[in-house]
Amino acid sequence: METLLEQAFNGLSVGSILLLVAIGLTFTFGQMNVINMAHGELIMIGAYTPYVLQHDFGLAAGLSILLGLFIAFIVAGGVGVAMERGLLSRMVDRPLDTLLVTFGVSLILQQAARDIFGAPNVDVVAPSWLKGSVTLLGVIMPYTRLFIMALVAVIVGGLSVFMARHAEGRRMRAVTQNRDLAAVSGLSPRRVDATTFFLGSGLAGVAGVAVSLIGSIGSQVGSGYIIDAFLVVIVGGLGRMKGTIIAAFALGMLNAYAEFWKNASIGKAIVFMAVIVFLQFRPNGLVSFRTRGLTS
Amino acid sequence: MSDIIINDIHAAYGRTAVLFGISLEVREGELVCVMGRNGVGKTTLLNAITGLMGLTGGSISFDGKDISKASASARARMGIGYVPQGHAVFPQLTTRENLQVVNERLGKPDKEALNEVIDLFPALASLMNRPAGLLSGGQAKQLAIARALITRPKILILDEPTEGIQPSIIHQIEDTINDLHKATGMTMLLVEQYVEFALRLADRYAVMDGGRIVDTGDTATAEMDRFASLIAI
Ligand SMILES: Nc1ncnc2c1ncn2[C@@H]1O[C@H](COP(=O)(O)OP(=O)(O)OP(=O)(O)O)[C@@H](O)[C@H]1O
Ligand SMILES: [Mg+2]
Repeated sequence: METLLEQAFNGLSVGSILLLVAIGLTFTFGQMNVINMAHGELIMIGAYTPYVLQHDFGLAAGLSILLGLFIAFIVAGGVGVAMERGLLSRMVDRPLDTLLVTFGVSLILQQAARDIFGAPNVDVVAPSWLKGSVTLLGVIMPYTRLFIMALVAVIVGGLSVFMARHAEGRRMRAVTQNRDLAAVSGLSPRRVDATTFFLGSGLAGVAGVAVSLIGSIGSQVGSGYIIDAFLVVIVGGLGRMKGTIIAAFALGMLNAYAEFWKNASIGKAIVFMAVIVFLQFRPNGLVSFRTRGLTS
Repeated sequence: MSDIIINDIHAAYGRTAVLFGISLEVREGELVCVMGRNGVGKTTLLNAITGLMGLTGGSISFDGKDISKASASARARMGIGYVPQGHAVFPQLTTRENLQVVNERLGKPDKEALNEVIDLFPALASLMNRPAGLLSGGQAKQLAIARALITRPKILILDEPTEGIQPSIIHQIEDTINDLHKATGMTMLLVEQYVEFALRLADRYAVMDGGRIVDTGDTATAEMDRFASLIAI
């Protein structure tokens, strides 16, 4: 029983990081049909941010994490926008090219990280207030993981409100749903794309800071999350926040249980199989919108 | 001087040319109707005017300025309002949000403009919280026209507003277009296959076939027989 609960906790904790990564992907994928292969390296940029703050700027562990969340959001967001403006906007409607180009960017960023930080993994020092754990119903819950879950809850809540209520959130949804109509209505899809890319990429950066708290980091730290995040996006249904949330936790849980039951690679295989079976029944993902028109 | 001058434009989808040298003028305060069979390039012409489709030749000017190179959103902000063919709404935004997102595109929403379009289409008032993707064809069409009007365009371009819509709503749309045209003198360009509807509303007409304009004239002196051979009625 305790191990069952323990895996549930692990699932929730992995799911919450997956959720941050996947939301960023649904933004760029849903609105611009861009499969950003470099999304994982934005996670990496985020993960190295508190490291740089500690190692090069000598900030205290706590400050480096809190400030790091903010800086990682801005830096990863900025890199995302630069990529969009400099590369992706030049290859609109060429999905294969964007795939290759973002893959190239991904390799370049990984190599850059190895050149700057060295090949071996490094560790971010967790602040003292994140050391330790609580034990609830026999499950040991490390503070770092609880912190990450709370962080993700706050971000996802804030983002939902932003998308539902804020004018820019409304514009983002409008452009995602009907780009041409948005353009002829005088909205600037190109400008809204920049917001979308900034938010989506920035969230990957924030996810990176979270990742740095639960293990050592290296140039490939992001790639580990990216496949799972793509699965979440596909299962959740494109550009659907609610579906993405459910899918992230479902996959996180499934992964945790399957891994516990056999081992990591069997776990992965089970998750892939489950996704394939699921897509046979719901090819559009969990949450697909009812609509009367065939085209929309 | 809110008129559109289309000067010998050509347009193509990839290598397939669709428009072959169209010239057409819509003068200030005029309502011009373009008619023609399915697939002759009517929608393509409107997409070229509104900027959704690039030109391979010719030029378009609006209000005395060459807009051939301007983006679709820049043209919209200059005062070109477009009601595209079909279900032209943001499907997962509610009716209210559909209007709001366009109304607030430049910052502060224009409350008065919102009230005006609701007055024009009272049926929308009770549908404000419904996702637009769930509206019926007629309701969606009214929302689409309201969405275009909320920006107070100088010219309104409509692509087959009667397509697949029941007669009572067609009458309502006809009245609205007519009132707007007569009362405010709004310039309009209408694509329509419903010939009687088009002739009742328009000052001038143009008939397209195979990507060209093959006939133009004043609706006042037009005889129905002319159209029988040019348009499948
Ligand atoms: N996206 C596209 N790609 C390739 N060809 C297209 C595309 N859209 C339209 N066409 C072709 O261009 C031609 C003109 O199409 P268009 O939609 O302008 O016709 P239309 O006069 O508006 O027809 P309808 O009355 O059916 O709306 C047609 O032959 C059509 O098949
Ligand atoms: Mg058409």
